[in-house]
Amino acid sequence: MDTIFALASAPGKAGVSVIRISGRGSYDVAQSLVEKALPKRGMCLRTLRNSAGERLDEALVLTFQGPASFTGENVVELQVHGSVAVVSSVMSALAEQKDARMAEPGEFTRRALENGKMDLAQVEGLADLIDAETEAQRRQAQNILKGELGNLAERWRRDLIRAASLLEAVIDFADEDVPTDVTPEVNDLLDGVTTDLSRQISGVRIAERIRTGFEVAIIGRPNVGKSTLLNSLAGRDAAITSDFAGTTRDVIEVRMDLAGLPVTLLDTAGIRETVDAVENIGIALARKRAMAADLRVFLLENQDDSPEFEPKAQDIVVLSKGDLRPEGIVAVSGQSGKGIDQLVGRISERLLQTSASAGIATRERHRDAMQVAQQALFEAKTILSFGEDRYDIGAEEIRTAIRALESLVGRIDVENLLDEIFASFCLGK
Amino acid sequence: MKHFDFDVVVIGAGHAGTEAAHASARMGARTALITLSQSDIGVMSCNPAIGGLGKGHLVREIDALDGVMGRVADLAGIQFRLLNRRKGPAVQGPRAQADRGIYRRKMLEITELQENLDLVFGEVVDIITEDHRASGVILADGSRVTAHSVILTSGTFLRGVVHIGDVSRPGGRMGDRPSVKLAERIQDMGLEIGRLKTGTPPRLDGRTIDWSNLERQEGDDEPTLFSFLSSKVTAPQVSCAITHTNEKTHDIIRKNLDQSAMYGGHIDGVGPRYCPSIEDKIVRFSEKTSHQIFLEPEGANDHTVYPNGISTSLPKDVQENYVRSIAGLERAEILQLGYAIEYDYVDPRSLNSQLMLRTMKNLYLAGQINGTTGYEEAAAQGMVAGLNAALSADGKRPIQFSRANSYIGVMIDDLTTRGVAEPYRMFTSRAEFRLSLRADNADQRLTGLGIELGCVGKTRKSVFSAKMDALKEATTALTNEVFTPKQLKDSGIAVNQDGNKRSGMAVLAFPEVSFSDIQVLIPELADVELNIQRQVERDALYANYIARQKNEIEALKKDENTTIPENFPYDRLDGLSNELKQKLVKLKPENLAQAGRVEGMTPAAMALLFAHLRRTKRVKSA
Ligand SMILES: Cc1cc2nc3c(=O)[nH]c(=O)nc-3n(C[C@H](O)[C@H](O)[C@H](O)COP(=O)(O)OP(=O)(O)OC[C@H]3O[C@@H](n4cnc5c(N)ncnc54)[C@H](O)[C@@H]3O)c2cc1C
Repeated sequence: MDTIFALASAPGKAGVSVIRISGRGSYDVAQSLVEKALPKRGMCLRTLRNSAGERLDEALVLTFQGPASFTGENVVELQVHGSVAVVSSVMSALAEQKDARMAEPGEFTRRALENGKMDLAQVEGLADLIDAETEAQRRQAQNILKGELGNLAERWRRDLIRAASLLEAVIDFADEDVPTDVTPEVNDLLDGVTTDLSRQISGVRIAERIRTGFEVAIIGRPNVGKSTLLNSLAGRDAAITSDFAGTTRDVIEVRMDLAGLPVTLLDTAGIRETVDAVENIGIALARKRAMAADLRVFLLENQDDSPEFEPKAQDIVVLSKGDLRPEGIVAVSGQSGKGIDQLVGRISERLLQTSASAGIATRERHRDAMQVAQQALFEAKTILSFGEDRYDIGAEEIRTAIRALESLVGRIDVENLLDEIFASFCLGK
Repeated sequence: MKHFDFDVVVIGAGHAGTEAAHASARMGARTALITLSQSDIGVMSCNPAIGGLGKGHLVREIDALDGVMGRVADLAGIQFRLLNRRKGPAVQGPRAQADRGIYRRKMLEITELQENLDLVFGEVVDIITEDHRASGVILADGSRVTAHSVILTSGTFLRGVVHIGDVSRPGGRMGDRPSVKLAERIQDMGLEIGRLKTGTPPRLDGRTIDWSNLERQEGDDEPTLFSFLSSKVTAPQVSCAITHTNEKTHDIIRKNLDQSAMYGGHIDGVGPRYCPSIEDKIVRFSEKTSHQIFLEPEGANDHTVYPNGISTSLPKDVQENYVRSIAGLERAEILQLGYAIEYDYVDPRSLNSQLMLRTMKNLYLAGQINGTTGYEEAAAQGMVAGLNAALSADGKRPIQFSRANSYIGVMIDDLTTRGVAEPYRMFTSRAEFRLSLRADNADQRLTGLGIELGCVGKTRKSVFSAKMDALKEATTALTNEVFTPKQLKDSGIAVNQDGNKRSGMAVLAFPEVSFSDIQVLIPELADVELNIQRQVERDALYANYIARQKNEIEALKKDENTTIPENFPYDRLDGLSNELKQKLVKLKPENLAQAGRVEGMTPAAMALLFAHLRRTKRVKSA
């Protein structure tokens, strides 16, 4: 049984998200994200990092030894902060693991059943949920396919069918009137698809945001007026605003539409030096979330104040409390609404800039699929360069790629290949 | 206990029937093989060649189960060629041109010698059935032969119609009567019947062919035989010749298209795309100015030549004209005209994986009657039906072949779950586990199973276990010994100097490394026989890929082993859509793997079905 993982809690805005890993290799897979050893059974706090060593989140890690677990196999649960950015970064770090793959809908249930951890009644209770998940995935795929990726996927399908059928024609109709060396054409086709795939894979993070929303963090010293600004952007009392510094201790999230883009605004704890231990944790958390956000709006009190930390290239710096300032200075005020429209305009402009360079694929799953396919096609090309004595293995790699991309390009089976073969070559003795 | 004349009776001694009868008899079942006449046995209606890509794999698998096709083909082979010799072993397919006469003689001989097997000559006109259960057959003279199981392998004889130009007449093959009564009987059983067609080229008199300027094609210097038991070629070897059609040929055909049975609207059946008539080739690929033709002698001492590539249903004069427009054939005499044949087939989805009708117990169907084409496909089905009919007569559990263990399993699964849209032929691309299902390891995959079943004779058993022992010994030595990159480099094997130790097996997986390179490193391998060396090399070549497919195979096997009872109450399953329920009731998947392939199956439905099966099983065993 290979090791599978998936988001076990509903995706979205929950405070905590649970990512469940199950299978023979689940400890190893989880261990590769953390430094210190994980206990075989129990609970601990660990820093998750990806293979590049980047810190992803501080997570509560729960380990269960099979058969005393949800699926009856060894299970690890990662409880991470519920932000989209964190969850997707952890998921992609998991997907990078050679021995792990994202679970299909219903797969955890199936394993639990196989190991006698669930009965019919429980499955019946879960069936709706699994159906909903399947349906959501289907809809998602459909949405994606309506867009630009749809056109791409159609081309990939055509090219992969063509590439595979060229090889199969040479293999299965060896003693007939078929070209003997199909490597150049196959290579061209595979090159086209792999180039597309790499572009999509690097663009996918931003594209994912278009679907699940962007995160915009508002940063500023306590009482600079962040919460007021947030409230006036959101049009409701989301953060508690008072005149005492330090009231917004945790990160507050408000989901809204900004100029048609789904955006989650993060109101971070006021960043300042403090000796209050609890507040310090809040500040550290705020800073981390702010760094991970897609865009930061730095709110400064005075024109010559310096931001709390170095803004990234596209970040926005504005002066707060615009209603107390003379006209003509770029400033906003949550209180009077002055400059708000201008700020909204700038935020959406920056976000759109990012999305313009984006690929169009949207899901972690798709990225995973595209990565597997890319790797397989790369292998295929290398193998094919050895010539026809390894066409069988090259064809196998292409098959792997096709299977991985099934959710994007649709099912491709032997009949599709035979159709192409018989349409292209005059075969039959 | 009811008394039967036989345990198993087989109707038709074509390729499916003979293989079925032999399998059944080897299993110890008292078997009768009933066919129209003695001359039916071992007849090749079409191209006198056995094997090829995918097909050669099937022959090896039949042989691994101690079947007869491979052994007889080796005796009759007049030209052996291993197709794809320069490609990987997974896609190499043994093929042989067979001497039609020797094939028939040897097949008859081996059939007469087989213990537990009686040959009966006559026409079967009816199948005795009672309460949805078959129990024997009735011959044209009215005599009855009763049996526990009946296997029907009547090929193209069900309402067969032969077409030449606009002349058509009933016939199961050129010169044979069709089985009309039997066809009516099958129809009465309420089965889904479809119509297919196929064709064959005119046969030429080799003495009237001018061979002098034609390109020759020789067999392999080192022939690759079919049977794991054969060691050498016995029939005299011949070469084939290659010629081509030309613009003139195409003109003649184009002008007379309306006279072709297929293009004149006389035929409704669907033909195979991979076996087009010359008419088809010229219409569909009009830009091609020439098509290749192989001139294949039908026997070492037979003047008949089979021109492979120009199957036709044009009338006599047109056949003569176009044949004589071809280089080398200017004065060729036609011995037998080409023709097309249309015939009934039974939708194979009405069969289960034992090839038994779902609606008629103990009646098995095998061969072309199930919508396939080709001798090897027919024989492989005969094997499946023969084994299962014998097992059933003996009150034993049936045997199910899997997509993961054989081409036989791939074919049976394709046929019984997907049906056919055109005559079904095997290709290696149909096998998703192609790298592990090789012609070279058919015995490693299946002979053990055959021994368990009881269909493998003494000789093969001992040859097999000796081979397995030798393989195991060599593989163990190769797996146990590990080498540093330095050691490897010193013995001339180029590897990354990455400090990783590698086992002998892993080193052997490198494409440039051969067994002899490793013998230098592991002295105890010095005495390993040559054929074992080659086999270990092949196993090593694909080891990584096979390991990668292991999860997939395991999952498939698990689902295959979760069987669904025949009368499973789908209507009682909450949470399945009505549409899906109806489909499942109709298709009756035999196990979870098949259910998963039913269109519209969802993950939730799979989980529910699985949970139900689990519970039923527990209740039963409790
Ligand atoms: C004209 C023609 C062209 C073909 N072309 C090709 C080709 O190009 N490529 C290819 O791969 N395959 C081709 N085939 C197919 C190949 O010959 C068959 O698929 C294969 O022989 C089928 O084997 P079988 O055992 O099912 O049936 P057959 O070999 O047809 O055997 C059926 C047997 O049943 C006997 N029988 C029938 N009815 C009765 C009865 N009522 N009572 C007793 N005995 C009965 C017959 O005498 C016959 O011996 C062709 C076949 C024909 C006829």
